[in-house]
Amino acid sequence: MKTTKLFRNSKTILGKCIRMVGAITLSLSALSAQANQLSAIQERGELVVAVPQDFPPFGSVGKDLQPVGYDVDMAAFLAESMDLKLKLVPVTSANRIPYLQTGKVDLVISSMGKNAEREKVVDFSRAYAPFFLGVFGESQATVKSPADLAGKVVGVTRGSVEDLELTKVAPSSVTIQRFEDNNTTISAYLSGQVEFIATGNLVAAKIAERQSNRDLVSKFMIKNSPCYIGMRKSEPELLSKVNTLVAQGIQSGKLDELSIKWFKATLPEELK
Amino acid sequence: MAYNFQFSGLLPYLQNLVDGLVTTVVITLITTVLGCLLGTLCAAARAGQSSFKSKVVGVYVELIRNTPFIVQLFFIFFGLPALGLRLSAWEAGTLAMVINLGAYSTEIIRAGIEATPKGQIEAAKVLGLTRFQTFVRVVLPPAIQKIYPALTSQCIIVMLGSAVLSQISVQELTFAANFIQSRNFLSFEVYFVVAGVYLLLSIGMRQLFNGIHYLVFPNLRAQR
Repeated sequence: MKTTKLFRNSKTILGKCIRMVGAITLSLSALSAQANQLSAIQERGELVVAVPQDFPPFGSVGKDLQPVGYDVDMAAFLAESMDLKLKLVPVTSANRIPYLQTGKVDLVISSMGKNAEREKVVDFSRAYAPFFLGVFGESQATVKSPADLAGKVVGVTRGSVEDLELTKVAPSSVTIQRFEDNNTTISAYLSGQVEFIATGNLVAAKIAERQSNRDLVSKFMIKNSPCYIGMRKSEPELLSKVNTLVAQGIQSGKLDELSIKWFKATLPEELK
Repeated sequence: MAYNFQFSGLLPYLQNLVDGLVTTVVITLITTVLGCLLGTLCAAARAGQSSFKSKVVGVYVELIRNTPFIVQLFFIFFGLPALGLRLSAWEAGTLAMVINLGAYSTEIIRAGIEATPKGQIEAAKVLGLTRFQTFVRVVLPPAIQKIYPALTSQCIIVMLGSAVLSQISVQELTFAANFIQSRNFLSFEVYFVVAGVYLLLSIGMRQLFNGIHYLVFPNLRAQR
């Protein structure tokens, strides 16, 4: 009698187990049936995008506490082109990939650069935003490559990545003036103490915002690390859709418009 | 707390340190000569009869002695280009140091001049010396003698202050140190070495000043 009860008990547990396994298998098969994330998104009617909230001009909190920035406008452009509602999820650079992996977001548009580690877990679209270190100078200056800098004076912030890269590529006749920090480097340029500066395009955008008698445009890149849109691996339909839209945006001049709005400069040729 | 010193990491950058040292020495020499000259002229003007010149020098001295050196430096390097005068980092740095030393040495030398007894000046007048002769031959030598140690110290302070020129990218000794530690991150080692070099520079400079003193004022040799 006792044995039977025990047996019956274990049978129930066993049954539960079997049912659970069945359920998991079922949901798994349901998932695989809907492996195409693009159609899942379209069915839902809403595009969920991870955007930065602490990294202007890519993404920051605007005056009405809504996220604003290049990445936010980019997300809006994609959603609009796909005829979807847009849901923004603010992320940090540390949690943006986990958000993507756990399915909390469809796309990561969060000033994300490409590297080998990330490529293992994320598929990247084509580049959608410029992020580079370059040599900048007045628009009338005719400099297109490191060799053209010969005999010129270039300011740079000492010990920065741009300092190391510039030192590598600049001819020996270039006078590299190294300053303590970014602001001193900027002052040296604005006061005319140096003809060119090597810096990032975001810093250059900030300078261009200031009212100054010297304009600042990009002359050439010394290190290019553009931003890519990230999505879950093995979603070829979604990837090709996003790539097509980015290409359309570049062709139609929409991205140029966004670039001028947020970075105060047109997209660099390398991106097009 | 054990720190593993890696001085060998500095060897590839020896040339930077030597270049920096040379720049510091050259700038200091120019500054010392021109600054003391400027100080002597201004001290003469301040102690002289023209109240206008005296006031102009007074404004200069007060302005420089009551503002930080780095602000004066930034003013010359970043500010003057707006007025159409663009100096290179090296020129701007040297100019700022000359102006700075000029102001301090003015006050030091003036103190020496004022310590000269009136009777000596009157005696020079009686002997028929012109005002210029009186100043150069009667007033100045004892004045310099009296304030020589203070002047020496001020010149050394200005030499040490040249470290600030690294802020406007003058490639002197401190710039070399900052540059090296931004490349190999051996900051403790490099500042350790550079501090030693500055110490040697200061001691050497004091010895040099003592030597000049020995040559210029033979009458004081017996006392030493």
